[in-house]
Amino acid sequence: MTNKEWPLYEVFIRAKSGLSHRHAGSIHAADDQMALDAARDTYTRRNEGVSIWVIRSSQIVASDPAESAAFFEPAEDKIYRHPTFYEMPDGVENL
Amino acid sequence: MNADQALLAYVSRLGDNALILGQRMVELVAAYPELEEELANANFALDFIGQARMFYTYAGEIEGNGRGEDDFAFLRDENEFRNFLLIEQPNGHFGDSITKLVLFESFYLLQLEALTKCADTRIAEISARAEKEIRYHLRHNTQWFLRLGDGTEESHQRVQGSLDNLWPYTGEMFAADEIDGIFAEFFDGPHLEAIHAQWMTNVELIISQATLDMPEDQWMASGGKQGRHSEHLGFMIAEMQYLQRTHPGATW
Repeated sequence: MTNKEWPLYEVFIRAKSGLSHRHAGSIHAADDQMALDAARDTYTRRNEGVSIWVIRSSQIVASDPAESAAFFEPAEDKIYRHPTFYEMPDGVENL
Repeated sequence: MNADQALLAYVSRLGDNALILGQRMVELVAAYPELEEELANANFALDFIGQARMFYTYAGEIEGNGRGEDDFAFLRDENEFRNFLLIEQPNGHFGDSITKLVLFESFYLLQLEALTKCADTRIAEISARAEKEIRYHLRHNTQWFLRLGDGTEESHQRVQGSLDNLWPYTGEMFAADEIDGIFAEFFDGPHLEAIHAQWMTNVELIISQATLDMPEDQWMASGGKQGRHSEHLGFMIAEMQYLQRTHPGATW
């Protein structure tokens, strides 16, 4: 036996039909199928999901925290991008 | 033996298989090499214990003497348990545990499928629920069996050893006795010859996919279904029943 760790996978769970998948956590697994099983056994034990996605953590392309200023700050002062300048019609719920 | 006695014996056996296997798997809790598999094993063990509870509760109702699930689990002696010998065999190494589960669950899934169509509504309902659980277990454990068989040279050799060692305990699952016969006749229960043929087809496929050799035809052990057990069950029962035997009637 080697002590090499299995690759890390990120787990995304869809709680019910109509909702989108949300990040639930991560697990270690040797292959994709094992990752799916481990995600099922780790994150849906209490009836949390109807669908699971897993992906190798190494496959995720993430933004660089060092670049967060260039990435996110330009949006901070552009309040005109928020749809808050409209009158809300009567009878519209869930907004 | 009349039909009601056979029904009681049949349900009680279903409970015994589920409980003893669940107890075996509980022994591995906190002893697994990987966290994710640890959780899977504990989940699976609880599935079996949940099934045992449903079967025992029903057995108590059929019997009608006021015995409940705990009486069946904790206040019976070794020779009153009618689980398969295969199930009480020690966990051994990881390959042994996986092989045991694959061999048993390949049978149990077919048995449950047949039971969902039997004439006893309660058994059919319990089996419908259990079938979903076992279908997932078997899928998961079969993948491990394939990985180990078709893995490294060492894993291949070790799991071939597991298969050869456990094979003599598989025959008992298909050896129909009076209880199986009456249950098949009066309650439209499973026919073990048909299940045996299907099991053999399924298991041969898995074994060949795992690049392992089929064990040769050989002498098969028997007796568990009649209460004659290997030396391993007594120790299990002693540990499992210790609390109830020492403090009768203790509750949480």
